[in-house]
Amino acid sequence: MTPLACGLWPLASALQGVPSDTFFTEPPHFRWLIILYFFVGGVSGGALLVSSLLRLFGAPEDRAFIRLGVYLSFIGMVVSAILLILDLGVPLRFWHMLIQNNTGAPMFKWWSPMSVGAWGLLVFGFFSGLATLRVLRDDRRLSWSTLEFLHRAPISNFSAIGGILGGLFLAGYTGVLLSVSNRPIWADSSWIGLLFLLSGISTSVAALLLIARWQGLIVASTEERLQRFDRIALTLELVVLVIFVVSLGSVARAFFNASGVLLLLGVVGVGILMPLRMERGSASPRENVATVSILVLFGGLALRVVVLLGSEQVHVAGAQVFR
Amino acid sequence: MGAPAAARALPILGETRAVLAHSTAATAEPMGFFTDTTVCIGCKACEVACKEWNQLPARGDGGAHLQMSGLSYDNTLRLDGTTWRHVKFIEQFPEPYNGRWLMMSDVCKHCVQAPCLEVCPTGAIIRTEFDTVVIQSDTCNGCRDCIAACPFGVIDINHVSGTAQKCTLCYDRTSVGLEPACSKACPTDSIQFGPIAELQQRAQRRVDQLQAQGESKAQLYGADRNGPLGGLNAFFLLVDEPEAYGLPREPKMPTRNLAPSSMLSALGAVVMTVIGALTLRARRLVAVAKEKAQ
Repeated sequence: MTPLACGLWPLASALQGVPSDTFFTEPPHFRWLIILYFFVGGVSGGALLVSSLLRLFGAPEDRAFIRLGVYLSFIGMVVSAILLILDLGVPLRFWHMLIQNNTGAPMFKWWSPMSVGAWGLLVFGFFSGLATLRVLRDDRRLSWSTLEFLHRAPISNFSAIGGILGGLFLAGYTGVLLSVSNRPIWADSSWIGLLFLLSGISTSVAALLLIARWQGLIVASTEERLQRFDRIALTLELVVLVIFVVSLGSVARAFFNASGVLLLLGVVGVGILMPLRMERGSASPRENVATVSILVLFGGLALRVVVLLGSEQVHVAGAQVFR
Repeated sequence: MGAPAAARALPILGETRAVLAHSTAATAEPMGFFTDTTVCIGCKACEVACKEWNQLPARGDGGAHLQMSGLSYDNTLRLDGTTWRHVKFIEQFPEPYNGRWLMMSDVCKHCVQAPCLEVCPTGAIIRTEFDTVVIQSDTCNGCRDCIAACPFGVIDINHVSGTAQKCTLCYDRTSVGLEPACSKACPTDSIQFGPIAELQQRAQRRVDQLQAQGESKAQLYGADRNGPLGGLNAFFLLVDEPEAYGLPREPKMPTRNLAPSSMLSALGAVVMTVIGALTLRARRLVAVAKEKAQ
């Protein structure tokens, strides 16, 4: 632990520069449950986005991947909700996010990302649920004839467009939530939302490709399209990551520790550059699908670890700021 | 701690100014603390009085094994869910026998535009008729968004209740005309409680007096109603830079980042949707071409 500001403030400031005002705050204990939620939520949101895009713009042979994406989004949504509820100090009061406990009226603040996020997860769950019902019907696991309406064009398109919007929201709002705070790193940049969105898309495509391989599901044409989409997402993620670190200015000093090493080696090296390199270096990008997917997923998780724990470790004790 | 009945009766609104307008129109003048750090002797009577009145647990195992910070003569170190008053010891010793202690009794600032109240997703944080900010423990679900939003590191989880907690400015005492426990216990009147307008005048006189005596760095922190967060209802007289006391120079509202962050994310969402659609549409065109060829 290094004192950043203390009784010898002028000396400390001369040596290390005046810290951001965000350094005088306390961490909110957003640890592993939240890290996992941000990761799983990103994968879940991205999976529904990708499967909805495939449904709207894809070819008939993409159906297997659509089904996989829908199931992944639904399971991810359920896991996300469980993680969020478990993380609360009083889990049984999770519904206070949606309903005012003393009036019974809806509880919604458009200017609070956490409030919007609670409703957003609900809306995402609705569209993910619709898509899942349709897939279950397609798979003949549900034989209810009333579900036929999900195949009608207006409903189908509504469901797919809702899936795109819901997926984009779930993948990206978590970064906005962090930025709307006063914590170091999070509040010192407006790029985390976009960064998490791109990471959510890249990790969801990686998860889809990995699970498909694991299940022996090989549709070459779909894989190639998804891999191309993933490469674009990864490249943009790298660009936004650089902009994010630059935008932090002097606050980037908070990464001069183990989290910085993880950012450089884990996120950039293993999670972005290696997958891009492996795909370009091989004769066919499809050779290393499983390995590349695992690396991308690792990078996505590492990104959330770095961003959350990098800020969590900064705290105040007495009049001193530690990092 | 149960929620103050009168506070609970107020409508749950997020917009600080709207609540302020409601509360001040309906009731009394704003009340708060003026803390003159130059007369604080670090006795921590305020900390003890706060703990006693609010029935807050001691740290660790209740005192059988005292937790020593090893960093300072101050062993409390920080405000949290069970420590709502904290006397900071700012030990400025460039040399072993040449230096000074600054003492500052820290507390929730009861900001006029309160970041915690603004982001609270459950409506648990409300503004009272005294313009103070109170967390309703029976509504809070421990999401901790307010902890990240507070620019002063005041709020934390009380692990007994599982909810976020902080100073209530002794709402249960002030609502029946009593002085908060901490200011009542302060033996040097470092902590003064009263109507904000009156406290501001008193504080300015004290600053003028100190500056006349040669204390050129004497300044008020948070007293300016046109300053950051619309001013603080618990403001301080300092004799060094705010950072020396562990205070941010320009505390800000968390929602300053809402528009830029949302806009960037929305822009990225549109771009990625278009890229995704184009990628897959190209594939569909190939498929259609194949079908036609067959």
